[in-house]
Amino acid sequence: MSHPILQTTDLTVRFGGHVAVDHISCTFNTGELTAIVGPNGAGKTTYFNLISGQIPSSEGKVVLNDRDITRMSVAQRTHLGIGRAFQLTNLFPNLNVLENVRLVIQSKSGRGFNMFSMASSHDDLTTPAMEIVERVRLADQALQPVTELSHGDQRKLEVALLIALDPLVYMFDEPTAGMSVDEAPVVLDLIAELKHRKDRSILLVEHKMDVIAKLADRIIVLHNGALAADGEPTEVIASDVVQEAYMGKELEDV
Amino acid sequence: MLNKLLSGDMPRSTVLAILLAVILICLALAPFIFPGVRSVDTAARICIFIVLVASYDLMLGYGGIVSFAHTMFFGLGAYGVALASTHMGRGFDALLVGSLSGALIAALLALLIGLFSLRVRAIFFAMITLAVASAVAVLVSQLSGLTGGEDGLSYKIPRELGPAFKFADGELFGVKMNGKLLKYYLVFFSCLILFLLMLRMVHSPFGRVLLAIRENDFRAEAIGYRVVHYRVVATCISAAIAALAGSLYAIWLRYVGPDTSLSMEIMIDILLMVVIGGMGTMYGAVIGATLFVLAQNYLQNLMDVASHAVSGIPILPDLLNADRWLLWLGVLFILSVYFFPTGIVGRLRQGK
Repeated sequence: MSHPILQTTDLTVRFGGHVAVDHISCTFNTGELTAIVGPNGAGKTTYFNLISGQIPSSEGKVVLNDRDITRMSVAQRTHLGIGRAFQLTNLFPNLNVLENVRLVIQSKSGRGFNMFSMASSHDDLTTPAMEIVERVRLADQALQPVTELSHGDQRKLEVALLIALDPLVYMFDEPTAGMSVDEAPVVLDLIAELKHRKDRSILLVEHKMDVIAKLADRIIVLHNGALAADGEPTEVIASDVVQEAYMGKELEDV
Repeated sequence: MLNKLLSGDMPRSTVLAILLAVILICLALAPFIFPGVRSVDTAARICIFIVLVASYDLMLGYGGIVSFAHTMFFGLGAYGVALASTHMGRGFDALLVGSLSGALIAALLALLIGLFSLRVRAIFFAMITLAVASAVAVLVSQLSGLTGGEDGLSYKIPRELGPAFKFADGELFGVKMNGKLLKYYLVFFSCLILFLLMLRMVHSPFGRVLLAIRENDFRAEAIGYRVVHYRVVATCISAAIAALAGSLYAIWLRYVGPDTSLSMEIMIDILLMVVIGGMGTMYGAVIGATLFVLAQNYLQNLMDVASHAVSGIPILPDLLNADRWLLWLGVLFILSVYFFPTGIVGRLRQGK
């Protein structure tokens, strides 16, 4: 059931003298949901950027399905199976909800260079896009431009784009950040559903411990850019390193 | 049928629909409604500039790419026809070879510039297009043996497109059935087809990708579109269509020179027409080009009339003197940008 799909080996990035991600070696498995935790500035999002390719690494390797993707462009990685939802909502603001999702399906269909047919005539792209819009409960807003959506709905759309992409490795960066208590479950249920399919690897950066406790099969802890702990949720949460580096910080913040 | 021709892009505003219909009818029947030499010439210029401006909008309004080399592509098409007609002798084969090679060279040059500079930031592309366009303009004026230098080239086009050729006896609504009429319709229908083709492109899956890239290139890349490839292809298509517009202009004028088809002034005109009409709308090109070319050609006359009408009053006649038409064109431009920041088409669609 769980076989390795994504590996990072000594993955490192330096910005000037500052080491933002420090020799992280880690393997992620299919059928497993890995929560990535750590205090602010621990390098979680930067680690994500190195895996999905937004930032080039200074050192180390990223291997997907036995293929070295370290030097590949973002788009190439996407085609091979890395998919990312962003921490700060990152959509096509003046296009409508359905079109945002349709563009993802179109990207997978490889029809991007089709110039002489009407985009609206490709029902085989529009229909699945609409299904996903319904799944994230945005059907009523399907024809509204993104700029008119509430923050919570924009977060749902952000997740919808990733679900439309259906990559081998799902990367969620704080998917419920800023969502209200009644909205968050829509997104969390979708993630749980994905997890139960057991045929995808899910990476989840999350701060809320209750969410992690419910969803995670495994937790890795980053601290100052380095891997500080890796293991079963119960043992990691109980470990000193988490209590000190992460929970401690949380308590101070409150 | 209409929906299909317009690729589903209905004007979405009654005023806009009426304006577009009036422009289409006037251009389609220009030789009959406005029979003068000058007015038919203006109509042909409008047709050609609609295509030129729309091709620029394809790149700027849809692709979000700023280029200053659009006149250069236009000029490549024009010189293509001129050189082919000069060296191959008059004939439709020369027109065809000239147009196609002009378009091909324009696309290749766009590909080269694009691969060099679209990889990095958009501003580099704008700078490089400016540099290449200036270099080509200098080259054309210096290589006078080939291009006629500043004097340009005059050449003969097929007899069938000249006033001496009569394809039918007599007149229709007082218009002679000669080659000049055929030439006008060659320009009109070529422009109509090119425009409808571009309208289709912006509503195709490809056009949607361009929109996505303009909206958020970072995310477009993250959902799997190789942004550079799309930008380069859009630039090449835009350049090739601009070159074809240039070829039509060269056929219409039977003359090319740096002033008519390569000058920076035309580049600025194109920018103004796109902005006045409305970026990223395609129909903006129709409205912008029509208004601008009309103003360029008739504002002087209008002002002349106005200045005579107020001849008794001090200062006003001087202000309205026909020589000051550029001043008033400038004022019109500032006002239109101030009141219609999304262009005339954008404004009309909002006001629905």
